[in-house]
Parts: sequence; C-alpha cells; structure tokens
Amino acid sequence: MTPYQKWISLYTMLRKDVVRMFRIWVQTFIPSVVTSVLYFLVFGTILGSRIGEIQGVDYMTFVVPGLVMLAIVTTSYANTSFTFFSSKFFMRSIDEVLVSPTPPWLLIAGFIGGGVLRGIITGALVLIVALFFTGLSLPIASVLIIAGFAFLTALVFSLAGLVNGIYAKSMDGINIVPTFVLTPLVYLGGVFYSIHQLPEWWQTLTYTNPLFYLINGFRYGFLGSADIALWISTGVLVLLISILAGLNWYFIKTGLGLKQ
Amino acid sequence: MSNDLALEIKNLSKTYATGTVALKDVTLAVPRGDFFALLGPNGAGKTTIIGITCGLVNKSEGSVKVFGHDIEKDTELAKAQIGLVGQEINFNPFEKPFDIVVNQAGYYGIPRSVAIPRAKKLLEDLGLGEKMHQNSLTLSGGMKRRLMIARALVHEPRFLILDEPTAGVDVELRRSMWEYLRKLTKNGLTILLTTHYLEEAEQLASHVAIINKGQIVANGTMAEILALHDTGGETKEGYRGGRLEEVFLKLTSESK
Repeated sequence: MTPYQKWISLYTMLRKDVVRMFRIWVQTFIPSVVTSVLYFLVFGTILGSRIGEIQGVDYMTFVVPGLVMLAIVTTSYANTSFTFFSSKFFMRSIDEVLVSPTPPWLLIAGFIGGGVLRGIITGALVLIVALFFTGLSLPIASVLIIAGFAFLTALVFSLAGLVNGIYAKSMDGINIVPTFVLTPLVYLGGVFYSIHQLPEWWQTLTYTNPLFYLINGFRYGFLGSADIALWISTGVLVLLISILAGLNWYFIKTGLGLKQ
Repeated sequence: MSNDLALEIKNLSKTYATGTVALKDVTLAVPRGDFFALLGPNGAGKTTIIGITCGLVNKSEGSVKVFGHDIEKDTELAKAQIGLVGQEINFNPFEKPFDIVVNQAGYYGIPRSVAIPRAKKLLEDLGLGEKMHQNSLTLSGGMKRRLMIARALVHEPRFLILDEPTAGVDVELRRSMWEYLRKLTKNGLTILLTTHYLEEAEQLASHVAIINKGQIVANGTMAEILALHDTGGETKEGYRGGRLEEVFLKLTSESK
C-alpha cells in the first residue's frame, strides 16, 4: 500500500468509529458527564466546603483535573476494548480489516484513534461541566501540558483497552479488568486527595500506581504544582505507551488471540 | 508456470493449537481466469485453506502464493488481489449495506470518491439497490450473502474466493448468483468456490479438487474428475443422480 492508501485505510477506520460513537452518543458520552456531575455535587459542593484547601486551592478546583482524567481513562479504555472485542467475537467484522492489505500497525492506529478521540471529547465535556461548578474560575498553568497529558493518557488507555480486547475470550474478560484493576487504580491514584495526606506506607504504595503519575501531570497543567515532578509523570506515560504499543503490535502481527 | 497461476499452494500443513491436524501436505494450483471448485465433506480442511490464503489462519508449514506474491513475504500485495466471501455472515448488522461496502473499499486504500459509485453499482447489480441505505439487520439471508459478494468485489480483486456462498439460499436466487459469477469469470476474474451443492460445482467449475481429512484426494479438470465415475459400479448411499456427486462419494468414502 502507498502512504496515501494507508491514510485512506486509517481514515476509514476512524470515520467508522466516530460515526458509531456519535450515533449512540447517549451511551458513549453522556454517562461520564452524568457521573462527573454527581462527583462535583457530592465531593465538590457538599463535602468540599468542609474539606478546605489542598495545594493552595479549594477542594472543588483540586478535584477537577482528577475527574477529567477519570473520564478520559475510562472512556478511552472502554471504547477500544469493547469495539475490538465485539468486532472479533459477536460479528467477526474484524475480518473485514484482517483480509485487507491494511498492515497490523495501521489496524492498531485505527482502533486506538477512536479511543483517543472519544476520551478527549468526553474529557472536554467533563471540563465544561467543571467550569460550571467552579464558576468559570478554573486556574490554568499551561494549556500545552493539559492538552499533552489528556492526549497521552487517552493514548495509553486506548492501547491498554486494545490489549484487553484482543485477549478477552468472553464479555467477562472485558469487564473484569476495568472493574477490578482500572477503577481501584484510578480512585487510589490521587483523584480525590493529595498523597501528602496519606500515611507514609500508603504514599510509598501509591508510587507503584501508574495512574498517580498521569493524574498529577494533568493536575500540574491546571495548578502549576503536583505531588510529583512533571518529568517523572511524562516519563511514566512514554514508558507505558512504548510497552503497550509493542504488545499490541506483537499480538496483531502474530495473530495471538485473533487468528487460529 | 507460477505466472499462470492465481493460487499456488505447496506442501501446506496446519495443526491447530488443540492438536487437530486440519491440513496434511496439501499442494494445489488454481490457474488464472479459472472457475475452480474445492470440494470436501465438513471438516475436510477447505475453510482452513481459505483462511490461510486470506491471512485469517496461521499456517504450520508450506507456502502459499497469490498471483506470484507470497502471503508471508508480500502480504499486502497478495491480499490486495483477493476478495473473500466467507462462510459465516461477518458484517456489523447495525451498519447499512452501502456503508459496509464503501468502508471495505477504504481498507484497501480506495478513496470514497471512487468507492461510492462502485458500491452503488455493485449493490444495484446484485439486487440490493433499494436496500442499500437500510439497516443490514433487515436483510434476508440471501440478501446478506449478496451483500458479502458486493463487499468482496468492491476493490476489484483478481481472485474471488467463495466459501459456500449459496448455503441457505433458495434455488431461484442460487441460479441468479451462478449467472452473476459466470459473468465475472468471463471478465477475467479467477474464482475459487467451495460448496456442498455438487451440481453447482458441476455447472460452474472447469477444475475441481476434492479434499478429505486434510488431504487432496483428487485434482484435475472437471472432465478428468467426472471420468473417474465408474458407470459399471454400484451407486453409493445418498446418490441423487449427479456424476460429480457419485465421484465425490466414492473418493471421500474410500479414504475413510
């Protein structure tokens, strides 16, 4: 395939997924927005007024980056894991791409592209809701860091979702990881608190949670401060992207979990 | 010789992870422009051969070339030559036939400006003109099969593989599909057909291979295979009058 033909193939995969996600927008975008409204109401408005300031800002402002990140992580992961799994398990429509000359790396790019887009769109919607709850007074230290971390996080979890989608052999296999791995990691990664409020052993444990680095890097973009240096957060993101992209490429190239 | 071949399979073997041996040292050649029938009972290895050729199944040993392009070394070029109509319905039923066909062209690098008129023409030629913008879920079984043919042809392949395309299709529709396929071969398309309707193969194919338990037990022109029919012998159980059917039953029961 020529580079132009490859672009057409990638565009086709992205277009198909975008059309699908906007056709069922009530299922793809709204749940995260509704969840974040509830979080803002309960943790920000009702409990937040009793908590006071964290890292020099009120609790509502502190919690916003974490909740935006939560939306990006869960939606980008769910998008790739479910679309890939359903296309190989329920309809076997994945064969449409597998029989074509589209190379394995492009197939990966097509699927994760949809996950990244959905993650970023959902994150932006949650941010708009957050502006409403913070009275349009959200601090912004660096738009570049916010956009960069939003994109890279969506990329990491789209890649992770694809690994799950490739390897899952049943619907349980799709639901187990988000429920028992992803959700605890997100909640214990510092969405609702600063790790400096934790006992030392818990702080040490938190450093092993990759979500902690992503949430803190993103929070740095808003507040200009975080629990960990920005370069460390960026390094963890790049490392995760490299490992997950390599895994996906290997799976698709060799047909593990896909071909007999 | 290989320049005259659409498909060249040499010493192909496949053992699945479960230990099932699906193919044993299969060697097969499909000439360019031919209508080739690959016949065999259920589980004989037909779909495995097709899966390996199209990149859906990993081979254990051997080589497969499509128009001289090795499926492992020149994967993209080999795949670009093939159009596949699989045995199972494998499209998203929530998409419209028009979108399914246009998207398939996209995976082959064909821009929408070219794919859209092609998809419309194919869908109309196959009698799906009025249904092209309706949900695919509403299509009948025969319409779904025709949609899969349109999807397989949209990138204008040189080699069309049909894995039991008429399964569950009524007689009238089957006949009209035969006419359509005949027209395609007249235009130079090579077709590999697997079917359980042996009269269909007898009507359409010029070459036949019969596979049983992962091994080719007969291979030749239709005339050569039909010549194996022993008119003096007793007819086998299940014989319904077709000469190819009699040869098929004889060969597949002999190797049991």
